[in-house]
Amino acid sequence: MQTFFTEHGTELLVKTWEHLYISFTAVVLGVLVAIPLGILFSRMPKFADKFISVIGVLQTIPSLAILAFFIPLVGIGKVPAIIALFVYSLLPILRNTYIGLRDVDKNVLEAGSGMGMSNWQSIVKVELPLAVPVILAGVRLSTVYLIGWATLAAFIGGGGLGDFIFDGLNLYQPVLIVAGTVPATILAIIADRGLAFAEGKLTSDGLKDSYKAA
Amino acid sequence: MEVASLLQFERVMKKYADGTPAVSNLNLNIEEGEFVCFIGPSGCGKTTTMKMVNRLIDITEGTIYINGKDIKSQNAVELRRSIGYVIQQVGLMPHMTIKENISLVGTLLKWPSDRKEKRAKELLALVDMPEEYLDKYPHELSGGQQQRIGVLRALAANPPLILMDEPFGALDPITRDSLQEEFKKLQKELNKTIVFVTHDMDEALKLGDRIVIMKDGEVVQADTPEEILRNPANEFVETFLGKDRLIQARPDVTTVGQIMDTDPITVTCGTSLKDAIATMRERHVDTLLVVDRDGTLRGFLDVEAINLNYKKAAYVEDVMETDLFSVSEDSLLKDTTHKILRRGAKYIPVTDGNHHLTGIVTRATMANIVYDTIWGEGQELDSLTATT
Ligand SMILES: Nc1ncnc2c1ncn2[C@@H]1O[C@H](COP(=O)(O)OP(=O)(O)OP(=O)(O)O)[C@@H](O)[C@H]1O
Ligand SMILES: [Mg+2]
Repeated sequence: MQTFFTEHGTELLVKTWEHLYISFTAVVLGVLVAIPLGILFSRMPKFADKFISVIGVLQTIPSLAILAFFIPLVGIGKVPAIIALFVYSLLPILRNTYIGLRDVDKNVLEAGSGMGMSNWQSIVKVELPLAVPVILAGVRLSTVYLIGWATLAAFIGGGGLGDFIFDGLNLYQPVLIVAGTVPATILAIIADRGLAFAEGKLTSDGLKDSYKAA
Repeated sequence: MEVASLLQFERVMKKYADGTPAVSNLNLNIEEGEFVCFIGPSGCGKTTTMKMVNRLIDITEGTIYINGKDIKSQNAVELRRSIGYVIQQVGLMPHMTIKENISLVGTLLKWPSDRKEKRAKELLALVDMPEEYLDKYPHELSGGQQQRIGVLRALAANPPLILMDEPFGALDPITRDSLQEEFKKLQKELNKTIVFVTHDMDEALKLGDRIVIMKDGEVVQADTPEEILRNPANEFVETFLGKDRLIQARPDVTTVGQIMDTDPITVTCGTSLKDAIATMRERHVDTLLVVDRDGTLRGFLDVEAINLNYKKAAYVEDVMETDLFSVSEDSLLKDTTHKILRRGAKYIPVTDGNHHLTGIVTRATMANIVYDTIWGEGQELDSLTATT
């Protein structure tokens, strides 16, 4: 143990940082794209329902295959890894944004527009705040998955904790495999808790109790 | 020039995209300060009519004017901010506090926050709710309280016109009752024009200055509650009102002429007291109405007056009491009943315009009506509607 840290300590920090960098960049990009897209989808539910079910099928393609598929398109390295993970993050966030918005109580919306809210005001002041718990649940899910999948980034030269795991597998050194998986798991747990906390902060008190009661 | 009504429907027609005709050829003027109830069976177009006013639904044909101005010429969002709107499902914003909910239109109109705060407090006081509620969330309130807030929210920007779609429909009867009272009072105080959709005839009769009865997208009758009860336009309105209600409503709209006893016991001037006593014995009464030869009511005579004056006088006109209170045939039974009870009288004579005696209403007549109302099978009703 001691020897592992003296030998690989700095490397572990660097790889963990890389790992975080890859997954969070992908998630942030995913949020930036998927949430506006989800809002757009909520304005055209017929198309959205079809589209989401089709994409849902594509999502079942194993991640490794997707990564491999990206090599000829964007080459290898961090950027392709981020792009691949970004693509993966889209669906859960998009779907949750869409569903969260779609399931907002129609009476509340009618009251809103009946009182003179513009479409935009309705989205910003009513629909998004009400959909926040659902949307953030999607972001959380995506983030946790992405931190796991980011280990595969090593496969296309993206770096991150996956490097340890691949080395460990190639060199038959279980210690290295553990050195890759344990920090990745810890990262995932921290991200999960952190986002759960943010969810609580961003959700109106008016919604919390009713969720508890329900 | 005629002053424009606050709200005018002119040949308004609505056909939904799928071809459903929801409203056809609606013509109606609603005056300022009027409380108009729309009522009719499910699907008759009440909600459609209301939502066309604030442009939540587009009009297919015809025009709606507010204060003489075509609503289509106004920006829909601004129009809605100038009209209060209350829906059955309340639709409070669950993520906003009561204060934020009440002042929502204020927020949309970019009021400064102190103005919104002041208004929210003012409004809450109108319905006697303490200020603590301002910082609560909708789910912490009872259904009745939530609907109160729904009403206040519509009042916030002080709109002259308020649309309400079955606002009290989801409440239990007791809460509904008290909210109706409260709201009717509020409306009179604030002099708002209200368009109120309801399923509940009692509610409409209680609240409305005018009731618009709809069926299959058309107005069947638009009149005051009294007029509708007195003269239902057709069988549909009658069945819609229900027989029970027509009977129950009788004291409200029934006239004295409809229920009076047309054969009062009388004596004519010039009758001797002796004969008068004989008549009393014969008919088992202790008072007699005195009329002259052409039927004009002169006064009344009771047995005590005769006893006191038997020795001194010979004719009925010498002892009769002339300070006599009477009602006309077309006065309302409810008012008459009230008078009889207040004066402690046993009966009240009914006269026509020339002071001719035409009938009498006694306490016994009134008791019969009460009996019919509570237990009666409404046989009298048929004869009643036949005569009207
Ligand atoms: N969006 C719509 N598209 C097609 N048809 C509609 C739509 N909304 C209402 N309708 C139809 O129009 C008619 C009038 O509906 P409306 O909602 O105005 O009735 P209502 O009198 O308010 O009924 P209720 O008492 O049940 O609320 C009904 O036949 C209804 O099915
Ligand atoms: Mg309706």
